[in-house]
Amino acid sequence: MVNVTKQQEPPQSVSECTPKNARMWIENLNVHFGSNHVLIDVTIPIKENSITAIIGPSGCGKSTFIRCLNRMNDIIPSARIAGSIYLDGRDIYDTTFEPYDLRKQVGMVFQKPNPFPKSIYENLAYGLRIHGIRHKTEIESRVVRAIKAAALWEEVHDRLHESAFSLSGGQQQRLCIARTLAIEPDVILFDEPCSALDPISTAKIEDLMIELKNKYTIAIVTHNLQQAVRISDYTGFLYLGKLVEYGDTKKLFTAPEEKLTETYITGRFG
Amino acid sequence: MEIQAMELSQTVSKPSHVHAQRRRLVQRVGISILFLSLLVAIFFLFLIVIFIAIRGAGVINWEFLTAMPRKSMTEGGIFPAILGTFYLALGAVICALPIGILSAIYLNEYAGDSLVLRIIKMGINNLAGVPSIVFGLFGLAIFVKFFGFGVSILSGSLTLAIMILPVIISTTVEALKSIPDSFREAGYGVGATKWQIIKGIILPAALPGILTGTILGIGRAAGETAPILFTAATFFSRRLPHSVMDEVLALPYHIYALMTEGTHPAQQVPIAYGTALVLLILVLGLDLIAIVIRTRARRRKLW
Repeated sequence: MVNVTKQQEPPQSVSECTPKNARMWIENLNVHFGSNHVLIDVTIPIKENSITAIIGPSGCGKSTFIRCLNRMNDIIPSARIAGSIYLDGRDIYDTTFEPYDLRKQVGMVFQKPNPFPKSIYENLAYGLRIHGIRHKTEIESRVVRAIKAAALWEEVHDRLHESAFSLSGGQQQRLCIARTLAIEPDVILFDEPCSALDPISTAKIEDLMIELKNKYTIAIVTHNLQQAVRISDYTGFLYLGKLVEYGDTKKLFTAPEEKLTETYITGRFG
Repeated sequence: MEIQAMELSQTVSKPSHVHAQRRRLVQRVGISILFLSLLVAIFFLFLIVIFIAIRGAGVINWEFLTAMPRKSMTEGGIFPAILGTFYLALGAVICALPIGILSAIYLNEYAGDSLVLRIIKMGINNLAGVPSIVFGLFGLAIFVKFFGFGVSILSGSLTLAIMILPVIISTTVEALKSIPDSFREAGYGVGATKWQIIKGIILPAALPGILTGTILGIGRAAGETAPILFTAATFFSRRLPHSVMDEVLALPYHIYALMTEGTHPAQQVPIAYGTALVLLILVLGLDLIAIVIRTRARRRKLW
């Protein structure tokens, strides 16, 4: 077993960031599920136009962490969340911030592709309509633009009105990305988006994420270390609910500051 | 337990091939009993249908379906009873469907899980088992007398509506439960409110299940005699109903009336069987529609 009691202060490289220069800034985040202390004093930035990967062994709180960023944990009755999460300097847990508006700005792609039981077109149009966009031509142009941006247009342009379930798993996941893009968020959260996909579909989604970071701010949770190395600019290593280390992906994977990080990335546990 | 103990002692004392033979025999006898039970059940089910069909088919013709009864029900048709049953079932569905669906949505999506709610859910399920004559008495006391609707389509429909409410609520709850949570999660993910998710995603996906329950409810409402006995049905009417405050003839009650009232059993009994056949076809037809909707939805369902 690895000893983590040493970890007290936020990692060094975090302190360069402030709520002002990071797109999202998470400060002293603590999450309890009932009597379970799942996240402990996590402080980490999510920088603009880059990909931040959160790595760590199963059960370390990665998914819980990313689900705090768009308040998906609000749905779980036993969850208690303390600390601050800023989006462009504004606390997203502030009572004036409607979670529905937040989720429009901070989109999410889930572990298992979860298109709605609707047509390919309607999967995207639905999200637009619930945010009050009624004009048919606007919906149409935004749907097409989002499908193109998700690199799915070639494959689906002639069957937009077929069921989303007629697509392959990888295509469904890109449809879910398109669904998020359609509502034009600023930040996109990916919760292990490739864990249910084959290597070819995974490669397509990774390429897509690298492309998307030019326009969006991206955070991804992954248990696949190679994936974090391939696509991310910054990496945070979570272990037993604590942020052990955060920094440039290259540096974290080649010259980690913490012994624990080194043990994990060299595959000695987890 | 005793048999097991016996078998166990035999395995010790007798050679193994005798034991194997015995086990085969027990197995064969067991399967035969199961199969025979099934045969008995099927035999009676088919017997009812065939019996009614043979007795009733003779009187059914176009006039029987479209004409008024004549000469104190010894001649003519049963059109008013068909129409009456249609009105009653329609009225019951119009009343029960919105209330049933909306309360099912509340129960499944909003209510949470407190002790009181569990008791309510249990109560609803048990309500489905209350004998229909009890609903009839209730309808008489409340709708006919207290609200003063009299013996009318309105009273009968409301009574039937209360009777089929539990069916509609529990099938709708089941239909909503069968929708995976990942759809709800996806809905939250794009910033939908809970109500937007229910309205735009959950309800459309659950619609086939809800429809199935509704049709089964209509079938039940169309077939029951007791709830309309005191609240809506009449033995004889010179004219078709003009408003919801009129009393009506209805198929199940018509059968009852033909068999118990009147003075010409020789002419009335065949008409009763004809009426029974019409009712049977109507109810089985409704069930068939429900089955078709359900299987088609299942085939289409990919989650």
